[in-house]
Amino acid sequence: MYTYKNIFVITLLLIGQLALSQTPNLGETPSQEMLSSWDTTIDPLGRGLPDGSGTAEEGQPVFLMKCAACHGLEGEGLINDRLVGGHGTIGSDRAVKTVGSYWPYATTLYDYIRRAMPYINPHSLSDQEVYQLTAYILYMNEIIEADERLDKNNLANIEMPNRLNFFSYEYELP
Amino acid sequence: MDKKLTLSKPEHVASNGLLDRRYFLKSSAAYLTAGSSMLMGSISHAQRSYPDYMTLPGAPLSGYGHRSVNEDHVQRYISLTRGTTGAGNSRTPLEKLHGIITPNGLHFERHHSGIPDINPDNHQLLIHGLVERPLVFSMENLMKYPMVSRFQYIECSGNSRPNLASEASDLTCGEIHGMISCCEWTGIPLSTLLAETGINPNAKWVLAEGADAAEMGRSIPIEKALDDTLIAIFQNGEAIRPENGYPLRILLPGYEGNISVKWLQRIKLSDVPLMTRDETSKYTDLQKNGTSEMFTLEMGVKSVIVSPSGKQQLGAHGIYEIRGLAWSGAGTITRVEVSADGGASWTDTLLTEPVMRKSLTQFRIPWEWNGQPAILMSRSYDDQGNRQPTRSEFIQNSGLQVNYHNNMIQSWQVNSEGQVQNVYV
Repeated sequence: MYTYKNIFVITLLLIGQLALSQTPNLGETPSQEMLSSWDTTIDPLGRGLPDGSGTAEEGQPVFLMKCAACHGLEGEGLINDRLVGGHGTIGSDRAVKTVGSYWPYATTLYDYIRRAMPYINPHSLSDQEVYQLTAYILYMNEIIEADERLDKNNLANIEMPNRLNFFSYEYELP
Repeated sequence: MDKKLTLSKPEHVASNGLLDRRYFLKSSAAYLTAGSSMLMGSISHAQRSYPDYMTLPGAPLSGYGHRSVNEDHVQRYISLTRGTTGAGNSRTPLEKLHGIITPNGLHFERHHSGIPDINPDNHQLLIHGLVERPLVFSMENLMKYPMVSRFQYIECSGNSRPNLASEASDLTCGEIHGMISCCEWTGIPLSTLLAETGINPNAKWVLAEGADAAEMGRSIPIEKALDDTLIAIFQNGEAIRPENGYPLRILLPGYEGNISVKWLQRIKLSDVPLMTRDETSKYTDLQKNGTSEMFTLEMGVKSVIVSPSGKQQLGAHGIYEIRGLAWSGAGTITRVEVSADGGASWTDTLLTEPVMRKSLTQFRIPWEWNGQPAILMSRSYDDQGNRQPTRSEFIQNSGLQVNYHNNMIQSWQVNSEGQVQNVYV
């Protein structure tokens, strides 16, 4: 199956090369500055994580100031999503999906906070603050210790409790 | 000229009032003959009282037209994420529309952080990652590319979620199923742009990222990106509406709506899926055993009767038209059957042309209602051998906790007073 997919892609690549001369070719080469500033992608292997680091202890005051109004003082959920708890509920009749009980990758948490949170003022947190908040939310879920320092070298290695319950019939997962 | 208008006797094809799907077609010839003779026999000389709009010239011409104010009640159903004004969804009032094309102002919405106000002069599309040469395109340049037009539906994979609750809610068709809409989309095949960037053989996934405040992104399998994926710029002939991605969105026919990322600003080719928030914590299918399936992208074969439907009220006894919509993310609808007796007997409906791939298809059948209670259902089939599941088949396979991809058969109960209500069978 996978081999067929590869053959399919290679065939399309060849078609693509043939088509090169027949399309308008109006794309421009982006500057290095554009490439580096626009590319905020973080993958599940941790590639793309920025410099900086943070601990839960550092993250607590940031969380109280910027997150607790919507997510509750202890991440228990308020007007918006619950972030903490629900462990052991996935697979029951009343699944409580939180970062701790459901999310498969810690890199996703960093990526999502950095691009979309806080809801009322996204793109306002520093990379350092995002590490701190990531650490605090993982700490509240009892996944890391209060003084454990997260950075680009260890975030992808965090073992999320529900990770192995994710699968795909159709695609190879990293 | 006393010609009596006669109709052929309705032929019942399944129990509880379902008539031959061509009954209206057969009857129209009789109408024509009778109608012309009636016209000649009914000349009146009484003075007509003209309404104001016929005694004065009407409204002026306008640069951009609007619907009649009398139609202002036809609105999307809005539900907001708590504490926000721009996150949540609005659903298409399917039961108030006819045909397969959704008017641009009634296309369903699903936003994660509101609608961005983008000036196309400042908007760019960057394609980079595992390509031979990264390229950036201005809107001005993209408009010079050859484009294709296709009729495609978009359905949110959370559509029809109300019917995953344990008790049936008394809701309208649009409230339950309105996170589907269908338009003519015009744009550039993504394969054209990827031919220009070239593709590194290690590329297996394509990240699409929007320029909204949440910078929402999804990972697309490269096979799909090179197949029928469009960079869409026009919706039903005009520029895409802001709430549908102005000035451009990616469009993946037949796949769950969330992956057709709006306000597209960036495409990155990668060797792994990026595991964004919306393909991990959301849009994953929780199984009964507690595991979760990821990247269930193709939408299932599905249909729904839009009339009569939830919260509607039938009028006098007589012949009604049952009318509905069917679609499949795998291909083309080949057949839609309906039942008026809760699934005991079924009969074929008439599919209205055009019947197109990964588009909405309209079906219809006449039904004689004389006050008998009824349960109306429809089930669809596609050209890939798929059949829409019953509620119990769906629950058996997926469970109610799955949260997404609900394509189970809808049942509408009609009581002896003609009230129509959502029920589970």
